[in-house]
Amino acid sequence: MRRTTRVAAAGLGVTSLMALSACGGGGENGGGDANADAWILTGGGWPAIQEDFDRWNEANEDAQIDTEAIENDSYKGQIRTAVGSGEAPTLIMSWTGGALLEYAEEERIVDLSEHTGDLESRVFDSVWQNGQIDGSTYAVPLNDVQPVVMYYNQAVFDEAGVEIPETWEDVEAAIDTFNENDVAPFSLAGGSVWPALMWLQYLTDRHGGEEVFQAVVEGEEGAWDNESILFALETMQDLGENGGYIDTYNSVTADQNEDAQLLADGQAAMLLQGSWVYSTIHQDFPEFAESGDFGFTSFPTLEDGAGDPSNIVGNPANFWSVSADASEEEQQIAFDYISENLYNEETVTAMLEAGSLPPLADIEDQIAETEDADFLDFSSNLVGEANHFQLSWDQAVAPEVAQPLTDNLSQILRGDMTPQEFVDAMNSL
Amino acid sequence: MALPAVLFFGIFALIPLFGVVVISFMEWNVLGSPEWVGLTNWQAVLFDRPFTWTALGLTITFVVGSYLFQAPVALLLGVFMAGQQRYRALLAVLYFLPLLFSSVAVGLTFQSLFSPNYGLSAALPFDWLPNDWLSNSDLVMWVMIFVVGWCFVPFHGLLYQAGVRQIPQSMYEAATIDGAGRVRQFFSITIPQLRYTIITSSTLMLVGSLTYFDLIFVLTGGQPANAVRILPLDMYVTGFSSYNLGYASVIAVILVAIGLTLSLLLNIISGSSKMESDKAGA
Repeated sequence: MRRTTRVAAAGLGVTSLMALSACGGGGENGGGDANADAWILTGGGWPAIQEDFDRWNEANEDAQIDTEAIENDSYKGQIRTAVGSGEAPTLIMSWTGGALLEYAEEERIVDLSEHTGDLESRVFDSVWQNGQIDGSTYAVPLNDVQPVVMYYNQAVFDEAGVEIPETWEDVEAAIDTFNENDVAPFSLAGGSVWPALMWLQYLTDRHGGEEVFQAVVEGEEGAWDNESILFALETMQDLGENGGYIDTYNSVTADQNEDAQLLADGQAAMLLQGSWVYSTIHQDFPEFAESGDFGFTSFPTLEDGAGDPSNIVGNPANFWSVSADASEEEQQIAFDYISENLYNEETVTAMLEAGSLPPLADIEDQIAETEDADFLDFSSNLVGEANHFQLSWDQAVAPEVAQPLTDNLSQILRGDMTPQEFVDAMNSL
Repeated sequence: MALPAVLFFGIFALIPLFGVVVISFMEWNVLGSPEWVGLTNWQAVLFDRPFTWTALGLTITFVVGSYLFQAPVALLLGVFMAGQQRYRALLAVLYFLPLLFSSVAVGLTFQSLFSPNYGLSAALPFDWLPNDWLSNSDLVMWVMIFVVGWCFVPFHGLLYQAGVRQIPQSMYEAATIDGAGRVRQFFSITIPQLRYTIITSSTLMLVGSLTYFDLIFVLTGGQPANAVRILPLDMYVTGFSSYNLGYASVIAVILVAIGLTLSLLLNIISGSSKMESDKAGA
């Protein structure tokens, strides 16, 4: 799922792509320049990653890594072009999912299984799995884990005399009470569509377990036509029609954190969003963040659901892979960086101070000392105890499926499409 | 001395254009190597993909709508700006402000204005004001035509202002002596004298909105329900979100063809009046 604003990526047109690939002389290996390189993103927690590289370069004069920071949306297009033309940086960042699978299938990245040091034992299993393909590790996590959690405004709950819902039955009862009190139960940035995907994922998973979507990813015939997916879509339309979501949900966008603002203002009681919203609230709505009314909990359980209630969805992290087109020397630098340097003490401290959570099992004591200990501890337990961590669907599926998925979900939100039509449309791709 | 111009035109226009045509016959997802598939992409985009025609329809609506909104407003604004009224200079500064903003800034500002819970609809006490400016698929096209027009009217206003100032004052004086009123003068002197400005401005408006992209992308991303996914946006999404470079190139070639035809047509129209005297309107 994207968490950036949609800054126009207009610069990258078909023509510039042509120019890009035309310049490449193909596989420019070896030579005098032994520096490895890495592309990182701008904004978010990336300055901490940049500092980490700076420290590495200071400590390792003969194994330098050059970095370049690129804006999120244009990165996705550029990295693909670079990987495709054999001009990829030594360290290739991805969100795993469909893109990683393609890189591995095209043999553009190397098997890292032998080069991860003790990282595997430190990183939460549910996160580590995302970098593995057929039992081999092709990517390792590099930054914070981003589970989707349920935020709430305690003041709104108190006023209506409702308890924080733990089961779906609680949710339905709470919706009725909130509607009687003229408060929206859930804030939702339906105008941006991708936040609605979180609902589809959680409801499907709680109803049918992680196997339902696994079948889709593995390309099983007719995998979308599943009663759990239909249940999730029906429930979402029901929430939209019967006052579950705020009535303007189709016009609310996440770009400028309007969905979080509705929660902070008390116009909505709850919000289902990624863990990054925690720092957004602290930054943009400090009064609410410090009022003591800002709470967070996990997605409710579904009474008769077949899914494991500890399952979570979201972005496990960003991941590093190593380019197969890099020279052996460059690859060695990348291996060393991954095995010796990832999640070192300084970087972990910097992440925790910024309120973001590295997916590591061995940092409980460090978490307890931070200002945001409550939230970090909560998300750490959530991730640590999760039976399964499902990658955002728009990242998990093949790129050519992601766009129709968003388009069709937008129609579901608007009531322009029935759940069965959605399923049929996705199956026909 | 035309050599440098031809050289640059070749490198930056003709070669990429040729490249796009070539890719339109290939299947390419950027990662693997391009594969020659002949007319498959063309067949698919033109006949098996109903959305192409929807997108073309949306594009035509957008181009025509933008023209009908921008052209009269810009013309009237330009004529007014060229006059001698009091406070005109001050007003001119205000009118031309939109020209100075980047389209991303304009996009983010309008996004806030159109927000149902914190924007115009929430601030003003008018119940008839819709709160779903950008999420109502029947409304969003007209909203976009307005916002894009808001950005470009000042530019065309400037063109018309310059055009009007070129018209000899003596023509208006003569007309006044003959007893022509201001409306008559506008239609009999100003409009005919602005013929070339009108053609220039129209070409820019039509071809510009045919290939328009950024504000629509920032404000709507083509949503809701693809109601403003005009061809340039469709090309971008197909090429760089779905990584189907073959389809995207077909759409690009279609756009080039329409653009060229349109420019050519406008040229012919302007050419047919070349024999007339410059002062014919007087």
